[in-house]
Amino acid sequence: MDIALRNTVKKQLLWVALAAISMFFASMLSAFIVEKADVGNWKVFILPDQFEISTAIIILSSFLLFFVKPLLKRGKSIFTLVFIVFILGILFSYFQIKGWQQLTNEGVYLTGVGSNIAGSFLYILTLTHLLHLVGGLVGLCISTIKSKQNLYSINNYLGLELTSIYWHFLTVLWIILFAFLKFY
Amino acid sequence: MSEHHKENFITKYVFSQDHKMIAKQFLITGMFMAVIGMLMSAIFRVQLANPGESSMLYNLLPGAWLNDTGGLNPDKYLALVTMHGTILVFWVLTAGLSGTFANFLIPLQIGARDMASGFLNMLSYWFFFAATVVLLSSLFVETGPASAGWTIYPPLSALPQAIPGSGTGMTLWLISITLFVVGSLLGGLNYIVTILNLRTIGMTMQRLPLTIWALLITAILGVLSFPVLLSCGLLLIFDRSFGTSFYLSDIIINGEVLHNEGGSPILFEHLFWFLGHPEVYIILLPALGIVSEVIAVNSRKPIFGYKAMVGALLLIAFLSFIVWGHHMFMTGMNPFLGSVFTFTTLLIAIPSAVKVFNYLATLWRANIRFTPAMLFAIGTVSAFITGGLTGIILGDSALDINVHDTYFVVGHFHIVMGLSAIYGMFAGVYHWFPKMYGRMMNKNLGYIHFWGTFICAYGVFFPMHFLGLAGLPRRYYSNSAFPMFDGLSDINELITFFALAGAIVQVIFLFNFFYSIFKGTKATQNPWKSNTLEWTTPVERIHGNWPGELPVVTRWAYDYSKPGADEDFILQTEPLKEGEVEH
Repeated sequence: MDIALRNTVKKQLLWVALAAISMFFASMLSAFIVEKADVGNWKVFILPDQFEISTAIIILSSFLLFFVKPLLKRGKSIFTLVFIVFILGILFSYFQIKGWQQLTNEGVYLTGVGSNIAGSFLYILTLTHLLHLVGGLVGLCISTIKSKQNLYSINNYLGLELTSIYWHFLTVLWIILFAFLKFY
Repeated sequence: MSEHHKENFITKYVFSQDHKMIAKQFLITGMFMAVIGMLMSAIFRVQLANPGESSMLYNLLPGAWLNDTGGLNPDKYLALVTMHGTILVFWVLTAGLSGTFANFLIPLQIGARDMASGFLNMLSYWFFFAATVVLLSSLFVETGPASAGWTIYPPLSALPQAIPGSGTGMTLWLISITLFVVGSLLGGLNYIVTILNLRTIGMTMQRLPLTIWALLITAILGVLSFPVLLSCGLLLIFDRSFGTSFYLSDIIINGEVLHNEGGSPILFEHLFWFLGHPEVYIILLPALGIVSEVIAVNSRKPIFGYKAMVGALLLIAFLSFIVWGHHMFMTGMNPFLGSVFTFTTLLIAIPSAVKVFNYLATLWRANIRFTPAMLFAIGTVSAFITGGLTGIILGDSALDINVHDTYFVVGHFHIVMGLSAIYGMFAGVYHWFPKMYGRMMNKNLGYIHFWGTFICAYGVFFPMHFLGLAGLPRRYYSNSAFPMFDGLSDINELITFFALAGAIVQVIFLFNFFYSIFKGTKATQNPWKSNTLEWTTPVERIHGNWPGELPVVTRWAYDYSKPGADEDFILQTEPLKEGEVEH
């Protein structure tokens, strides 16, 4: 298999996988919608501020990734950029966890006697998103190391490109989840 | 260039990345599971023929939970029914069928060296294998395997304390199915990307054999629907293990009031059947793909209405996503919504009828060769029609209510999904066995196998419709407590007779299969005189499929009995003659 075809194949594998992940979250969201409409004691609560901060962070991280290709075209190092994105990913995770902390302080629990299905859904949706994000962080970590070693060039940066596609997907996914949790 | 290279025992037979070997691994594992699933059904059929007694045959099954000598009690009966359904639906007719033929046929029929990712492909099988080990291990736990039915509806599946089978067995079921789904998704990704990218020169989408179209659409269905089962299972795991209430509300069990509030088991049904109905087609479409190929080859005629066949596959796949509610007519669904699901369900009759019509039109006035594969292919069409007709009744919300959860449903889905798919699988095995193992299966044993299976299968499932119409409920250990069903015991005995006879007939197939691997007549390169690319590869298996350059395709797969041709078949690689018009 020649390199161009191999790259196309790998990208398509990722896109099909993203379609599968989308269905996973679509079913979760549809369950959320159905249950919210059905359940009489659906607990209404305000989303913690931390989630707004994490939303801004992940959008920024995704935005920064768009500069990878122009930098590579100009033959410049992308290490700093990728490293910053990786750190932003860690920060996003940190604020997600802080958000959960805030929720538990307010009496919104995942499970247990004091829990409510509304809270359970919130935790499950954000938790599963975060678990998927861990995969992205691993990709970014590897990309950071490789960019430090100058292993990427404009003709050879497939790994980083795949990580970027996955990261953008996680950003869009989070925006959708956040919008649902906040406004629906 | 050939990618033929040296392999050792481990890389050739165990952790092989060769799609043909992985296909055989799926096939053998699927067959092993089919035998277990079939034995389970034989045991509970014996029980049903002898109500009021506990079948001692049960004690023959392995597992510590069977060490008591009480035979088959109601709890164990439920466990057997659950495991039978799970094994047959997922292990045999999903992985055994799709896993085998997608792996075997996709690279061979599109003219590729292998799958897009051999590693992912290997991983797909080993996830499936791990799932198999976990599922079978649940036979050996003290409280027995899962018992909530293959649909694992809560609250039985969500409350570990509900019945014995709700405990560890259910947990193992969930772990197993998660591994299974991961394996299926890895396989599906590979199938789609391979078909879209690795077709050889000249193999346009319009020249693809219908097997490949069916396998492609099946893979798309799997990629879009299995994740929904994962999310459904994840919420269930949280309910049963961490105390959430997604599917639970207002439960009192053994006098204890549980804290769960706000959830709904109906939510589970929505999520489950959003996978569950496409799953029917994940099972059926590969069989229909195989049947298209086998019928065309053995009719010595082009498949009738190629484009309509592809369109019908696409339409069936699309509709399969918007009909799940017909499994839930009895859940208190708004009658208007019920009528919407009735409408979408009945729409499936249109593409299904197109397919049946095209099969019959292909057979019409054909020079038919009744090989065992051809008989099973025609058997698939037969079962598809018979089962499809009762589907019209069950798809109608007003009619369905009368036979809901009765043996009518059991008869229907076993014929339309079980028989159609397993016949398709048999057709595929008989047809491609020479390509898989370089030898022929015994034809006469194949005939005995077909007629024995065909008669016994109808003997089992046809009378079930009458039991259902008489109101006999499914999943009951014994109906002897209800005098109204006393008159039906003879029919149950008859069904059990055919079930046991049908099981014995499968021994003939198993013998034929394994004997032929070692002692069958050696196959020629193209024993059925087919057009498709797999028959241009050498008889001996090589990793990379073709020793030299990849073949170049110049025509579609169905140039059979073409006027002016020297023979009644023309390989896809044979260039068009001067002035020859492509189909």
